[in-house]
Amino acid sequence: MRPVTEKELSEAVRDAAGPLAIRGGGTRPVGRPVAGEVLETGALAGVRLYEPGALTLVAGAGTPLVEVEGLLAAEGQRLPFEPADWRGLLGTEGVPTLGGMVAANVSGPRRAQAGACRDSLIGVRFVDGAGAIVKNGGRVMKNVTGYDLVKVMAGSWGTLGVLSEVSFKLLPAPETAATLVFAGLDAGPSVALMAAALGSPWEVTGAARLPDARTALRIEGFAASVAYRRGELAGHLARFGAAQVLEREETAAFWADVRDVAPFRGQAGDVWRVSVKPSDAPDLLARAGGAAMLDWGGGLIWLLQPEGTDLRAVLGPFKGHATLIRASVETRARIAPFQPEPAPVAALANGLRARFDPRGILNPGLMA
Amino acid sequence: MQMPQPNADVLARRDRIVARLRDVLPPDAVIDDPTETRAYECDGLTAYRCPPLAAVLPASTDEVSAVLAICHAEGVPVVPRGSGTSLAGGALPTEDSVILGVARLRDVLETDYDNRFIRVQTGRTNLSVTGAVETDGFFYAPDPSSQLACAIAGNIGMNSGGAHCLKYGVTTNNLLGVTMVLMDGTVVELGGAHMDAGGLDLLGLVCGSEGQLGVVTEATLRILPKPEGARPVLIGFNANEVAGACVSDIIKAGVLPVAIEFMDRPCIRATEAFAHAGYPDCEALLIVEVEGSEDEIAEQLGLIRQIAMRHDPVEFRESQSEAESAKIWLGRKSAFGAMGQINDYMCLDGTIPVSELPFVLRRIDEMSKEFGLDVANVFHAGDGNMHPLILFDANKPGDLETCEAFGAEILKLCVEVGGCLTGEHGVGIEKRDLMHVQFARDDLEAQMRVKDVFDPKWLLNPAKVFPLDASAGRRG
Repeated sequence: MRPVTEKELSEAVRDAAGPLAIRGGGTRPVGRPVAGEVLETGALAGVRLYEPGALTLVAGAGTPLVEVEGLLAAEGQRLPFEPADWRGLLGTEGVPTLGGMVAANVSGPRRAQAGACRDSLIGVRFVDGAGAIVKNGGRVMKNVTGYDLVKVMAGSWGTLGVLSEVSFKLLPAPETAATLVFAGLDAGPSVALMAAALGSPWEVTGAARLPDARTALRIEGFAASVAYRRGELAGHLARFGAAQVLEREETAAFWADVRDVAPFRGQAGDVWRVSVKPSDAPDLLARAGGAAMLDWGGGLIWLLQPEGTDLRAVLGPFKGHATLIRASVETRARIAPFQPEPAPVAALANGLRARFDPRGILNPGLMA
Repeated sequence: MQMPQPNADVLARRDRIVARLRDVLPPDAVIDDPTETRAYECDGLTAYRCPPLAAVLPASTDEVSAVLAICHAEGVPVVPRGSGTSLAGGALPTEDSVILGVARLRDVLETDYDNRFIRVQTGRTNLSVTGAVETDGFFYAPDPSSQLACAIAGNIGMNSGGAHCLKYGVTTNNLLGVTMVLMDGTVVELGGAHMDAGGLDLLGLVCGSEGQLGVVTEATLRILPKPEGARPVLIGFNANEVAGACVSDIIKAGVLPVAIEFMDRPCIRATEAFAHAGYPDCEALLIVEVEGSEDEIAEQLGLIRQIAMRHDPVEFRESQSEAESAKIWLGRKSAFGAMGQINDYMCLDGTIPVSELPFVLRRIDEMSKEFGLDVANVFHAGDGNMHPLILFDANKPGDLETCEAFGAEILKLCVEVGGCLTGEHGVGIEKRDLMHVQFARDDLEAQMRVKDVFDPKWLLNPAKVFPLDASAGRRG
């Protein structure tokens, strides 16, 4: 099914005879495998409103991300959270959509400084499991009118409703950017370096450590400001060694690779994504073994593991969560892709799903 | 303001309920003497008052849990209360309710600069969170104007904002985790020192739920390194439209000021008479603040000057010193006090798309004449959050009602042009009955389902947020 209007989407859900597998661009096959009739949102496309002077955009959930990024770039603006493209990582084709990006709450390196996808999302329209059309939030960035369903829709992977329209707060794109690269630091010193950088007033917008032990910091802004800040940072961090500088073009390519987890592209094995307090990262890396990439100053760990590994059993107890992003259908059926929750929290989440999707037809079991 | 009939059965069991609360709390933490419960009869929305059945002041998460378990078992409504600064009646009691105040939960539990967070008990005031980290060069970004008094618990309940949201976001963007007690006494941890949710983002639901989903006792908050410096500029214009166009041009030019404040002529005149900040006598005034090193500030202000000059300002005043910066902010910060000097006033809080500013101000002016009440406008122009202040005389019969009717019309206008009823104050009881203006039945139904899950008996903070007719079937 491929509804073209929100009304058609509503009818399709209302009249569904059984489970639905909801698909935006089909580029992120994450979670428990879902058996069901495919419901595609790609035809619910089109930018409804773009006001550069108000930093806001409203678009159909099926709108291709690339189309929106082009539109914003022409006005010198962008989505603040640097959405990732996982096609290379997951070996998928298709075109990432805004709705899919929101359903997965996908944020890139700038998340550490500018917030996640859910932080820039200011409004949604969706169809719940009974076919009712629901709106929440809107097109203004300050809005506390009623409960904030916008946040819970982000990252709900289509299990609470099928998104039909999304609204974002935007930011100006910077005039230029540069990257400082420190070579050969172990995870401990690397995380310490990133903490010192992110705790400084120079507004570092990316802090990552690649599997080859390069630690990188990004600065963005007006040219004079970037020149000043990179000098201050290099001096402030001199104890970690001398930094190589990447200029604008190289910076863009470098961070696109971090964003899209390029180092794990085409590498055999399962890929896990672990969110922790940054200073816990070095210890968890040691426990996990294997290739690893750190983003968000260490708060996000990407791990390459032998196929079928239950990473949570390997790590033991830790504070945060681990999500299995890339694995075979068999592995994703056997090992819970999403972090199991304590009973009272799971009861709340299950209660919400039961209320929003009483028949259990929206991507059933995907996050179980 | 219509409120539901108090539960006679609960009122009849008053002594037994108070006795049970005394079993789990120290003697001075349970207040039921009618002369003392009057201290809790209202919050910042003083037009509405109702003493609660009792007030409790637990000092730990365990005590909160014990109180809620008792109230759950006894079927007693509970009204959570931070510092009671809500302008929306968010902490207004009902006659059959127990006020649960977090005033004794004030500790800093953990400060972590490497990971840039602070964990506090939620009775702590907003400003004292920054106070705990500022000597080390950090701050907590959300800065509601009541920040000297308001509690983090209330900030989370209302998803509070402030003047610096354009750059730093509101409470929900700076909240990493909470310890929360559900109505039945169950303690849950949502989020933590890490980023993003592992499953559904329940933390995002809790923030802004006006104390209706649980009682938040501890919070992990993001702290940020202080910028090297900050400086405001004051720009005066002879028309609201021009000021609005200038704001739009600044944003389009790629500058991201940390704050853009707007004041209209009635507001400028009143604050000038009150605070003598040296504001020019003009139709509209912008205060734009930028951050960074000296050179970075100079570059951004240079760009803003270029843009402003294209709009023919009557005044462009760049601060040259700390004292001048303070003077530029002085008028804006005394705006509410200045209004209070003139008359009673009602402060509205709608948000509009920034592009609709000139139209909305024109309509408010027309309505002001129709209703016969004066209005002054202060406005977070960067994010569209308006604070029209309607002046009225509380001693004049009918004036409050006229003022409320006028306020409702302004909020409806905000919704009509694509905005919302409340940008940072919350719905409470004040905007409860206007929710139908912004939301269709299914929109409200979806929100009420969330409450069904967290608080199935609908005991937490009753009669708020949802129009009484919409929630009637659920409130029992």
